[in-house]
Amino acid sequence: MLCTICKEKPATVHLTQIVGDKMQKLDLCEDCAKTKGINDPTSFGLADLDLVLGLGASQQLEQAAGGVELKCPRCGFTQADFKKSGRLGCPECYKTFADGLAGLLKTMHKGTRHTGKAPEALRATRENADKLKTLQTKLARAIKDENYEQAALLRDEIKQLTGRPTPTNVPR
Amino acid sequence: MSRLTSAATRIEKIKPMNLHEFLVSPAETAQRHGPHDRIVMSSRVRLARNVRGAAFPGWAKKPERVKILEAIRPAVESLPEMKDAFSEAMDNLGALDKQILVERHLISREHAAKNSGSGLVLNREESICVMINEEDHLRMQALRPGLQLRQAWGAIDHLDSELEKNLDYAFDNELGYLTACPTNLGTGIRVSAMLHLPGLVLAEQINPIIQSVNKLGLAVRGLYGEGTEALGNVFQVSNQMTLGETETMIVERLEKVLAQIIEHEENARQTLLEKKPKVVFNHIGRAYGILANAHSISSKETMNLLSFMRLGVDLELFPGAERSLVDELFILTQPAHLQKQFSDKLSAEERDLLRADMVRDRLKNVSRPVTKPTPPNTGN
Repeated sequence: MLCTICKEKPATVHLTQIVGDKMQKLDLCEDCAKTKGINDPTSFGLADLDLVLGLGASQQLEQAAGGVELKCPRCGFTQADFKKSGRLGCPECYKTFADGLAGLLKTMHKGTRHTGKAPEALRATRENADKLKTLQTKLARAIKDENYEQAALLRDEIKQLTGRPTPTNVPR
Repeated sequence: MSRLTSAATRIEKIKPMNLHEFLVSPAETAQRHGPHDRIVMSSRVRLARNVRGAAFPGWAKKPERVKILEAIRPAVESLPEMKDAFSEAMDNLGALDKQILVERHLISREHAAKNSGSGLVLNREESICVMINEEDHLRMQALRPGLQLRQAWGAIDHLDSELEKNLDYAFDNELGYLTACPTNLGTGIRVSAMLHLPGLVLAEQINPIIQSVNKLGLAVRGLYGEGTEALGNVFQVSNQMTLGETETMIVERLEKVLAQIIEHEENARQTLLEKKPKVVFNHIGRAYGILANAHSISSKETMNLLSFMRLGVDLELFPGAERSLVDELFILTQPAHLQKQFSDKLSAEERDLLRADMVRDRLKNVSRPVTKPTPPNTGN
């Protein structure tokens, strides 16, 4: 069996990856596996397969941009760079390419909102934001149901929450 | 005076001077035990983190990478759990030492290819390893023998919380920890276990198991072997998705799935012993026969045969033999580990000869497998 990429050397690295109902297979020679950096099972992800096969990820970014070549103002990273590497340039790139990434993240992950650990300094504000969201939904429902007694209680609770001084050392 | 000197020599003996010397000693990790280590060889949790306002390592120019390394390295070194740890710049490590670290699953192949601007901090127990400027600024991992995902997560969570006091992480309220690759976004967590599944492979049940595990959004991998033919019947199961769930949920789901795989493997072994004892004994007997008598053997064949030796130890067909003997050989017979024990550069053929010599020598006190009488309750 010959290598999928160079089609010259015999394939010695065989990868099969199944996620959900999607199965992808790759047969690479050792050199190509090395240059693509995908011969390590511990750091190999779906995007890497996309990268090698030229599918998915980068196309989604392109479509979202509507033909305009986006460039990260912070680090100068472009869509073309993403197509090449399957990686982003800097943390700011997530803002620059946000539209294209949104669809990609949906197919890649369980959800699109982080619910896990947060740096200590941000934890309090994150919890408050979550609480506020729930209270506001409850308030809207109470008003709709004409349950004004409950609505008043909720309003007071929201007031208390938003009136609370937030830590000043929170980086944006 | 003389007592002082001897004390100093002893300390030196206990603590090798540097990583290069440390790697000469055979991997002590193979001797360690953990829950379910008949089947779960090791547990691992790694976190990906990046520093705010700096380009990811793959895009950053060299001076920027060096700056990041110089900021992160002392922060990692100063952690209480990294006291006495080895801290090395990747350009200070030789190719062989790097390859050994890869064979011991301490660093990734990608990281082994890195030079200036990248680094590594490894504690002496080989239970915590931090890669600096791999794909992300920080890739920190905790390793434990056997099934100990929760403990590994606890250890790395703590390390991360300590580090966070001195480093300003790139974090977004919606997206969580920002990583170079969108596949790691959110928690940046990869929880994985290395499983030895000879029973499921022999019983030809491995494919349906892999498929159902995949359906749950987990990845099953065997490297240098196609599909079911993972080398040495060793498989790695890990989470794929990192965004939208908490770390604890991810750890617990993997734990649940692993518990089921363990049960299936135990059942497969039991059924094989009851229904097809000759098949099992044949594989184990042949594995012993070749390993104990070969004069030239490839790394691949060694791994596949060691797998059956390990199964034989589990089934108590080698009375007195420890599983650690086999686990150590899994590590020591790999190319870089073999090379390290001999000063001259070895060709692949020479390695095959030396590998066979080493395996024969290690197995010389292991007598051939006993064959248990077939259990009386099997009627046919």
